[in-house]
Amino acid sequence: MQEIVDQLSRAIKEAAAHRRSLRIRGGGTKDFYGGIPQGSPLDVTGYRGIVAYEPTELVITARAGTPLAEVEAALREKGQMLAFEPPHFGDLPSPLTPLPPGAGEGNIVPAKPAMRMATLGGCIATGLSGPRRPYAGAARDFVLGVRILDGKGDDLKFGGQVMKNVAGYDVSRLVTGSLGTLGVLLEVSLKVLPLPASEQTLHLKYGEAEAITLMNKWAAQPLPVTATAYRDGNLGVRLSGARVAVDAAAKRIGGTAVEPAQAGRFWTGIREHADPFFSGSEPLWRLSVNSTTQPLGLPGSQLMEWGGALRWLKSTADARTIRDAAARSGGHATLFRGGDKSGGVFHPLAPALVKLHRNLKQAFDPAGILNPGRLYPDF
Amino acid sequence: MSAVVEQVAVDLARQRQVVSAMRAFLPAGSILFDNEDVKPYECDGLTAYRQVPMVVVLPETEEQVCRILKTCHGLRVPVVARGAGTGLSGGALPLGNGVLLSLAKFMRILEVDNRARTARVQPGVRNLAISEAAAPHGLYYAPDPSSQLACSIGGNVAENSGGIHCLKYGLTVHNILKLRIATIEGEIVEIGSEALDAAGYDLLALMTGSEGLLGVTTEVTVKLLPKPEFAQVVMAAFDDIEKAGQAVANVIAAGIIPAGFEMMDQAATRAVEDFARAGYRTDVAAVLLCEADGTREEVADDSRRIQEVMEKSGAVQTEVSRDEAQRLRFWAGRKAAFPAAGAISPDYYCMDGTIPRKNIGEVLRRITKMETKYGLRCANVFHAGDGNMHPLILYDANQPGELARTEAFGSEILELCLEVGGTITGEHGVGVEKINSMCVQFKPAELETFHAVKRAFDEHGLLNPGKAVPTLHRCAEFGRMHVHAGQEKFPGLPRF
Repeated sequence: MQEIVDQLSRAIKEAAAHRRSLRIRGGGTKDFYGGIPQGSPLDVTGYRGIVAYEPTELVITARAGTPLAEVEAALREKGQMLAFEPPHFGDLPSPLTPLPPGAGEGNIVPAKPAMRMATLGGCIATGLSGPRRPYAGAARDFVLGVRILDGKGDDLKFGGQVMKNVAGYDVSRLVTGSLGTLGVLLEVSLKVLPLPASEQTLHLKYGEAEAITLMNKWAAQPLPVTATAYRDGNLGVRLSGARVAVDAAAKRIGGTAVEPAQAGRFWTGIREHADPFFSGSEPLWRLSVNSTTQPLGLPGSQLMEWGGALRWLKSTADARTIRDAAARSGGHATLFRGGDKSGGVFHPLAPALVKLHRNLKQAFDPAGILNPGRLYPDF
Repeated sequence: MSAVVEQVAVDLARQRQVVSAMRAFLPAGSILFDNEDVKPYECDGLTAYRQVPMVVVLPETEEQVCRILKTCHGLRVPVVARGAGTGLSGGALPLGNGVLLSLAKFMRILEVDNRARTARVQPGVRNLAISEAAAPHGLYYAPDPSSQLACSIGGNVAENSGGIHCLKYGLTVHNILKLRIATIEGEIVEIGSEALDAAGYDLLALMTGSEGLLGVTTEVTVKLLPKPEFAQVVMAAFDDIEKAGQAVANVIAAGIIPAGFEMMDQAATRAVEDFARAGYRTDVAAVLLCEADGTREEVADDSRRIQEVMEKSGAVQTEVSRDEAQRLRFWAGRKAAFPAAGAISPDYYCMDGTIPRKNIGEVLRRITKMETKYGLRCANVFHAGDGNMHPLILYDANQPGELARTEAFGSEILELCLEVGGTITGEHGVGVEKINSMCVQFKPAELETFHAVKRAFDEHGLLNPGKAVPTLHRCAEFGRMHVHAGQEKFPGLPRF
C-alpha cells in the first residue's frame, strides 16, 4: 500500500514542479458539486481498505479510496454507524439504507465494477452530512484524524484515533469539506456511534410557519428526534433510541406512525436526493440558515430539513436574490446542483475571509495545483 | 521547566513607547505597567512558569481590542491574550517584552435566544454563567470543564475545552456556532454563522484550540442544549484495574454512550474520600462512575444495563444513585480530585494525555513502575469514556530536584501515551508546558505545516509566540537536551 502513497506523492511533486493542475478522483459521485473539476485526474481509489476498527473504541480508520458502503457495512455488522449519515450520491448496494437491528437486515451486494461508488475520501472532502446532522453532528464533528499528502507531496498526519486531542491546530477538520484544495486525503479516522435500538417515523400535517416553530420547540426539549423533513404541508419526524424513549416521545409529538420499510425509503430518498422533489432540471440551491428563519417565500419549490436549518430550493430565481435571502437569515446559499456556475457555486466570502483562505491555500498547496477552482474560482 | 521560559527583563524605553501609544485610545486605568500592578498576571493556572509582562492592557470594547492589536502590529510587539487565567498548560503565560491583553472586562451575556437555542456572549463570560443564564429556558451549555465556575468561554475556545460529558455531548468545537475574531492587524473577522455550517474552509474548527496564536476572540455564539430530564450514576468498584478497564469497553460494546464515564485508581479514591467523603470504596483498585441521562424510562433502563455489565465484568460492588443528592455526592468526589491531591501533597503536577481506552491497564501498570523509578507518587483520574487521563504526580517543590524529577516523570508518561497510539494533550493544550513533547508527536514537515498555518493569520508571529508549536530549531535542541538529561542529570536512576 505504501507504494501507492509513494506514486501519488511523486505525481503531486511532479505536477507541482510543472504547475500542472490535478483533479483528485475517488468514485466521481460528487463531480456535480462545487466548481467544475479541472486538471489531470489523480486516481486515489487504489488506496483502499479499512486500516483499523475497534468497536469498543468507537473509532474506525480507513483509507480514502475505500467505498463508503464498505465502511458502513463493517460498522453495521458490529451494530454501529456513521452518525452524520453522509450521502453517497452514487450507486448504492442494497439494502439502500442501514436498518436498525431486527428491522430485517439484508446482505450487502458486492460492488460491481460498473458501479459508481462513493468513497470515504470524497465523503470527507465534501464534508456533506445527511438528515441526522442537526441532532448528532456533521461529518467534521466525527473526524478525529487524517493522513494527507499536501500540495508539496509531503505525507502528513494530523489529529489521531482518540476522542480528545488538542495537540496542534485542528487540521483534520480544516481539510474536511475543503474539496481537496488543501491536500489529498489518504486516511481518515472517524468517531462512530451505536445504531439506535429502535426507530419510529411520524407523519404530521402542518403549515410551513407552524412546522418551523414546532421543529424548534422539539429541539429545545429532551426528545430523541433524529431527523425532520417538511414539504408542502407534510412534516416527517424520525425518533431514534431506546424503545421506551421513542414511544414516550411519539405520544407527545402525535401524528401517524409510518410503516418502517416506507420510512426507511423516505429518509434514504432525502439523504440521497432520490426523493421525487430532487428530480427535474431546475437549479437546486442549498440554503443553510438560522433554524428559526420564517418561510423564505422565494419563488420555486422547497424541501426543508434539519429542524428548519436547511432549505433546499428548486428555483430559477437569480443568484443574488437567493444569496441575499440566505444571508439575511444568518446563513449562506450554495448552488448545489445544476444552474449557471459562472457566478460561483459557494457563497461569496467577506474580504478579510478571502485573504485568510488564500493564505491557507498557499500554506498547504503553494503551487496551487490541487483541485483549483473547485471551492472558489480564484484558488 | 526553567529551560522553557527564560526570564526577560523589561526594556523600559520599549515599555514607555508602548504605553504612550496605548494612551492615545485607552484610559490610563486600563494600562498597567508598574511592577506591583502587572505582577498578578505573571502566570496562569500553571504556576510553575512565571514571567512578568511588560505591559498589561484591559480594554472594554471590541474597537479598543482592534486598536491594541493594530498598535502592537505596527510596533512589532508580541501580544498574549488572557481570559480567566485558569489554563493548565501556560498558554496565557506573559512575555517580558510583550503586551498582555486581558479580556476580563468582556463579561456580558449579549443575548440568549431560547427559540434558536443559542447564546451570544463576550469572551470573558464564565462557562457556568452561560448555563445559569440559559437555565430558565430549560437549556444549558454542554462542555463543562471542572474549572467551569471560573474559566471563561474565550479561554474555552482557545483551548477547545472538554469536561466530563464530552463523549456524549462533545467538546467546545462541537458546541459553538460563530466567533468574532480580531486579527493581529486589528481587523474583525466573522467565522461560522447562525446556521449549522458556513461557506469556505472550516475556520471555526481551526480557530478552536488554536491557543491564541491565530486571533483574539471578541464574541462567541454557543449552542444550547435541552437539559436532560433525569440523570443517574452507577458506581462500580473493582479489585483489579484491568477488570475496570475491560468494564469500560464492555459498557460501550453494549451500545451505551454514557453521559459521563470516569475512573479513579486507589490513590485517587483514598485522597478524595479523606477530602470530600463521596462514599467511594477505598480498599479497591479502581472505582468507576458511569452516568446515564435522558427520560426517566430511558435512564432506568440504561442504569440497569450498566449495572449488569459492571457485575458481569467482575465488579466487587455496584451502587446506583438513589436520588439527586447522592448522584451529586458521587460526582463531588470526582470533581474534588485535584484539590484532594493538593491536600495530601505540597504540590501536584497534572498530566493530560489521551490513549485508546483498551490500553488503560497497561498504561496504569507502567505508570506504577515509573513511580518507583522517579521516587514520586502518582494518583490517576481518568475520563474513561473518551480515554483522556489525568495522572496527578505528587511532589514537593521545596525538595531540591523533585520538580525536575516530576517533569521527567511527566514527559515519560506523555511518551507512553504516544507509544500506545494516543496524544500528549486531550484538553489542557500544549501551551509552554508540553511544547517539547510536540517534537515527539509530530515530525518536522507537520510542524512546518502548523507554522505555515500560523503565518496565514499572523505573518510576523506576534500572537502568543513561543507557545503550542515548537520551532524545528527548538526540537533539534530538545533532542540533544533529552539525551543529555538521560546521561547526566539523573545518573543514579534505574532505567526500565
